[in-house]
Amino acid sequence: MEYFEIFIAGVFINNILLAQFLGNCPFLGTSKKMETAVGMSMAVVFVLVMAGMITWVVDTYLLKQLGVEYLRTVSFILVIASLVQFVEMFLKKSIPALYAGLGIFLPLITTNCAVMGACLINISKEYSFMKALVSSFAFAVGFGIALILFAGLRERINLGRVPKPLQDTSIGLVAAGIIALTFMSFKGMV
Amino acid sequence: MAQSLAKEFTKGLWAEVPPFRLVLGLCPVLAVTKTVENGIGMGIATTFVLVFSNLLVSLLRNVIPSKVRIACYIVIIATFVTIVEFLTQAFAYPLFLALGIFIPLIVVNCVVLGRAEAFASKNTPLMSIADGLGIGIGFTLSLAALAAVREFLGAGTITIWGGTPVFEMGSSFHPFTFMVEAPGAFVALGLMLAVMNLIPSK
Repeated sequence: MEYFEIFIAGVFINNILLAQFLGNCPFLGTSKKMETAVGMSMAVVFVLVMAGMITWVVDTYLLKQLGVEYLRTVSFILVIASLVQFVEMFLKKSIPALYAGLGIFLPLITTNCAVMGACLINISKEYSFMKALVSSFAFAVGFGIALILFAGLRERINLGRVPKPLQDTSIGLVAAGIIALTFMSFKGMV
Repeated sequence: MAQSLAKEFTKGLWAEVPPFRLVLGLCPVLAVTKTVENGIGMGIATTFVLVFSNLLVSLLRNVIPSKVRIACYIVIIATFVTIVEFLTQAFAYPLFLALGIFIPLIVVNCVVLGRAEAFASKNTPLMSIADGLGIGIGFTLSLAALAAVREFLGAGTITIWGGTPVFEMGSSFHPFTFMVEAPGAFVALGLMLAVMNLIPSK
């Protein structure tokens, strides 16, 4: 039951994009087309779950044992950067179409604060390994849902006639605000 | 020399101001702008990291092999972020608590890595410092501007430093709480971006 609560809270209530403001660059960058949004979401689910597990192990069995918690920022970013490199190599070999579609945004997962942020949140809440795993997965799913919803909305917006200064990112942000408003109604669910 | 230094410095203030012109580094922009105080604190922390990482990257630009440059830049940036973490914890503890995970997250702020890659890796140390300082101050001012709008509408106060508001609306003012909540951040930034688009960058 506790795990279920963490999952629901991660996906809806503390949605990493709309409530915690993490990972906005890929949110705005890959949401112009549904295809790239789906690809990005999948890449984030994979990287975030792996990163959540590895950073937990690094933090518990390395940093805390040695008493060097202040190296957390440096070690986490290194773990994430090497993980992204691995995913990139994997996709290039096995799914070249997706690799081409994601383009620059795949290496940019390294600087996606959603990944790093979720790992730091797990550590700061002092989760056990299983809880950290569930919570990372929930954050990643929440990221995916928000991104795909937003991409669908944005494809529609582009068909309409938007005033020139509001075009593109500007109207996108306003639309994101409205999605965030609907996600606020999930508050108090758990 | 002095002229080009000034040029690199001022472009960060207007023509290439990060959140509005380059649309980079939006996460802290949205997350910490509930009060002007937090916005300025975040801006100063980011400026510190920007200036020193730019300087070090520029000094090492002929030493770092180009194949592993991104990893090297990230380690350099992470080092300065750790220093900022220690400094805020020691000298500005309330700010440290208010900004929370967004201080370690400066390391993944695309503005910092973007300047290292696009500018500091190709220019002299002095120019890189000017660039970092300009972009950093531009970033701080944008955060402060957005925070001022949000705090004023959402809470009816303006807090610049130390937790006490320098300006407060009377009791007849009903705060528009939406603005300090998550959705308000997106809408406010979107509308500010539209206003900036109305004004040409040059």
